[in-house]
Amino acid sequence: MGMFDPIKGFGVTFSTMFKKTVTEQYPEDFRATAPRYHGRHQLNRHPDGLEKCVGCELCAWACPADAIFVEGGDNTEDERYSPGERYGKDYQINYLRCIGCGLCIEACPTRSLTMVNFYELADDDRQRLIYTKEDLLAPLLPGMEQPPHPMRLGDNEQDYYTKGPQLAREALPASGQSGQSKEAGQ
Amino acid sequence: MTLAADRNHEGELEVPEGYVKLTIDGLEVVAPQGELIIRTAERLGIQVPRFCDHPLLDPAGACRQCLVEVEMGGRPMPKPQASCTVPVADGMVVKTQHTSPVADKAQQGVMELLLINHPLDCPICDKGGECPLQNQAMSNGRAESRFVDTKRTFPKPLPISSQVLLDRERCVLCQRCTRFSNEIAGDPFIELLERGAGQQIGTSATAAIADEAESAANTIEGKPFQSYFSGNTIQICPVGALTSAAYRFRSRPFDLVSTPSICEGCSSGCAERVDTRRGKIMRKLASNDPEVNEEWICDKGRFSFPYVAAADRVLRPQVRNAETGKLEDASWTEALRVAAEGLTAARERGVGVLASGRSTLEDAYAYSKFARIALRTNDIDFRARAHSAEELDFLTAKVLGTNPETGVSFASIEQAPAVLCVALEPEDESPIVFLRLRKAARKSGTKVFHLASWTSPAVTKTFGTLLPAVPGEEPKELDHLDSAVRDQLSAPGAVLLVGERAAEVPGLYSAVARLAESTGAKLAWIPRRAGERGALEAGALPTLLPGGRAVADAAARTELETAWGLEAGALPTEQGKDTADILRAAADGELGGLLVGGVDPDDLPDPALARTALRSAGFVVSLEVRHSAVTELADVVLPVAAAPEKDGSFVNWEGRHRPFEIALHRSDGATLPDCRVLDTLAIEMDADLFTQTPKAATEDLLRIGYAGTAVAAAPNAQPSEQPTRSKPNQAVLATWRELLDGGSLQADEPALAGTARTRCVRMSANTATEAGLRKGELAVLSAAVDGGGEVRLPVEIADLPDGVVWAPGGGEFGKIRRDLGVGHGSLVVLRGGGSQA
Ligand code: SF4
Ligand code: SF4
Ligand code: FES
Repeated sequence: MGMFDPIKGFGVTFSTMFKKTVTEQYPEDFRATAPRYHGRHQLNRHPDGLEKCVGCELCAWACPADAIFVEGGDNTEDERYSPGERYGKDYQINYLRCIGCGLCIEACPTRSLTMVNFYELADDDRQRLIYTKEDLLAPLLPGMEQPPHPMRLGDNEQDYYTKGPQLAREALPASGQSGQSKEAGQ
Repeated sequence: MTLAADRNHEGELEVPEGYVKLTIDGLEVVAPQGELIIRTAERLGIQVPRFCDHPLLDPAGACRQCLVEVEMGGRPMPKPQASCTVPVADGMVVKTQHTSPVADKAQQGVMELLLINHPLDCPICDKGGECPLQNQAMSNGRAESRFVDTKRTFPKPLPISSQVLLDRERCVLCQRCTRFSNEIAGDPFIELLERGAGQQIGTSATAAIADEAESAANTIEGKPFQSYFSGNTIQICPVGALTSAAYRFRSRPFDLVSTPSICEGCSSGCAERVDTRRGKIMRKLASNDPEVNEEWICDKGRFSFPYVAAADRVLRPQVRNAETGKLEDASWTEALRVAAEGLTAARERGVGVLASGRSTLEDAYAYSKFARIALRTNDIDFRARAHSAEELDFLTAKVLGTNPETGVSFASIEQAPAVLCVALEPEDESPIVFLRLRKAARKSGTKVFHLASWTSPAVTKTFGTLLPAVPGEEPKELDHLDSAVRDQLSAPGAVLLVGERAAEVPGLYSAVARLAESTGAKLAWIPRRAGERGALEAGALPTLLPGGRAVADAAARTELETAWGLEAGALPTEQGKDTADILRAAADGELGGLLVGGVDPDDLPDPALARTALRSAGFVVSLEVRHSAVTELADVVLPVAAAPEKDGSFVNWEGRHRPFEIALHRSDGATLPDCRVLDTLAIEMDADLFTQTPKAATEDLLRIGYAGTAVAAAPNAQPSEQPTRSKPNQAVLATWRELLDGGSLQADEPALAGTARTRCVRMSANTATEAGLRKGELAVLSAAVDGGGEVRLPVEIADLPDGVVWAPGGGEFGKIRRDLGVGHGSLVVLRGGGSQA
């Protein structure tokens, strides 16, 4: 061991002192993630507020961590949550299990399930980390109406799926400014 | 017909008589003549895709998915053949999709055509995940569709009945459902309608529904669809065209925990599969058991499980507060202590045990042993229904200890030249027996006779002959059977089936035994409830001990005392009381207490007496699944598990042992089987039953073994005098419990209740005229003797003998026994009740 070795060791420390810091002052200094970051899930809505989820459980099936629980329900004329026959009656994601892989997103046939960038998924209570449908549903944007309500944009679910974007433009001429844009991969 | 057929010394396959040799995909195979290619291939492990083919249905060749290349005598057939319709032949060379590009291409072509009009519904379809169309589209279809035009659409879903929903878009026209209904169940259901691209499954009502979704619950003839077997069409539909209303959108196959089980609905003991999700039963499916239920179960077995989750389940032990007179929740320790103290005190004056006809063998054994050891009595009876001493003799002499090898089995019904049903309505009381009778009549030319009062649907559907009998006169009819019928029943293999209502006709069991004796026909007793046969073997009867031992037999008692480790002379020697006598004694205040296990007073021969008995008995302990008329009056109520929540076994009417495991694991208080509760209760009373678990009870039963020493002479009771009609508006009542009549197992299942038969009272035109009634009018039935209430039912005209009326035993209009206090063979009074709204 040479006599300058201790000083040499501090070399790294000293040189770093003059470099730009990478430490983020989270949570005071909150930085945005990469746009495609896999954060919290969101259950999207059709432009009239009806839910896109059809309760098919494909997301639950795809999930390698068994984090998702879905139970379907039957839409009736008086109580409609989504266009078509079926809606997601019970929907839960367990963030203690979710590994953020996004396979569920790819499985979803209706683009109901997407991920937003929100990543503050920590808590001191296991129960609170099971997010239910209320926690996951996208917020109501202008022009949207809280289900249950009848199909406002067409006669059947085909209209919603085939003419979705057009119906959206017609129904919401000035949208695109808020939360809806967070839908990843749309 | 084995795969490893013997090879002779040159290494060639030996072809036994009646077999042929053919080649499938280059493999030589020996197959029985007449076997279909698709089945031979299957035995070789070669899977040919198929939709319409079903081993229990006649071949149809409807879907064309199973095309294979066939070569006969060195010449290929010009086109691919449907392997599900072509029988094997000697020297045939078959090439399936695995070895023939032609077959493969043909199958892919068929698949493409089937998918042209198939909607992209998989995400919302209940069949998704267990769909033969999905699976085979992946294995035998093209990845890309060339079809770009608009698909055919229909409004959906249409309810065909309250249980079955029809989605015509998804249908691949395989006709499994229509063939099932026509061939197996014999109920007119849906049919194939229209031609060409418009071809669809439906009813006359659904065909009209092109754009307006309205109810379609009508069959071709416009009758409401009330089949007891429609649930099977849901299970065999290879796509999601027929789905269950009750299971709609409830879960996916990968969510389900499936447990093989045995149905608790009736005495056939069908094999089924119970699917649970998150602590709830989602559905039940028929399992394949060729010896019992083949691949079918009735709708009661399939749909009647919501009772398990009923709101009125007993979940905590309860003890009646002496001061307030109310039941209050108690700990197990407390409740068992109170029950044990009460029963020990009551034992001095005698405690009667009313066991249930629905217990498992293990539970019935525990009741039987508990009565003998802890209560020191033979006052125990599982017959929570009309019964007689004659029945007891009959059961001891003719039924006890029989099994499928020695007695009648489903197979022997199928092979029988003739079958006579006495006091048994097979479709209502044992639906799978009915299906076998129908199959026997269709396939093996079995002659089916029904000794009954009218041509019920079961008579027609078993191609049967009605031997008309006035209720009460059945013994006379049997003794003076037409010689032609007698001859047919004398043929080797003929079978006599007798049902539970025989107990209501004095002399009938005797006449049945005489007939069996004189014709040599094999005899079987078909009770309605799942546990009755097991309870008989377990000795839950006043004259029988477990394992076919008689109470009166000192040697048998000694043997049992040794096996149970008791002191000599510990077992009670006196014959016990049967259900009616127990109730009478309790009502008269002669009994110190009652132990009641799952009995509904309204099923008992005299419901009013039963209630009085429960009130007058000093101390009543009730083991119950749900709160009932008994728990209302009990001093201690102990919760027990329902059948899917425990393990154990049933003994079906054939005497076949049907063990099952726990299908639904509960986490609350109602998880213990009766045998465990009784075991603990007995310990509190210083007796040891060794029935801590059903497994332990089985061990104990095995240890004492089956002695079969109980003998009884075949009963020889005399028919009673027929009640005479003194007024023109009086009539003799014929009655039985229908399959779907709101019984306690059918609670909370509206979809099932919706397919119950329309309730009515049936009588001949003459009887109706005499009583001043017309078809469709409401008739009021009351008992001929004073007292009792009324039952109001619309009148139907049927081929009953004059002076006889038939009314269903239960149902929403009232229960014959509860409201009138009468049964089969009693006299009732008829009067008009105004026309029906
Ligand atoms: S992101 Fe991955 S782990 Fe998380 S819920 Fe979706 S599939 Fe499951
Ligand atoms: S989120 Fe998508 S994949 Fe999941 S159940 Fe709903 S529709 Fe199906
Ligand atoms: S399975 Fe052979 S034609 Fe349908």
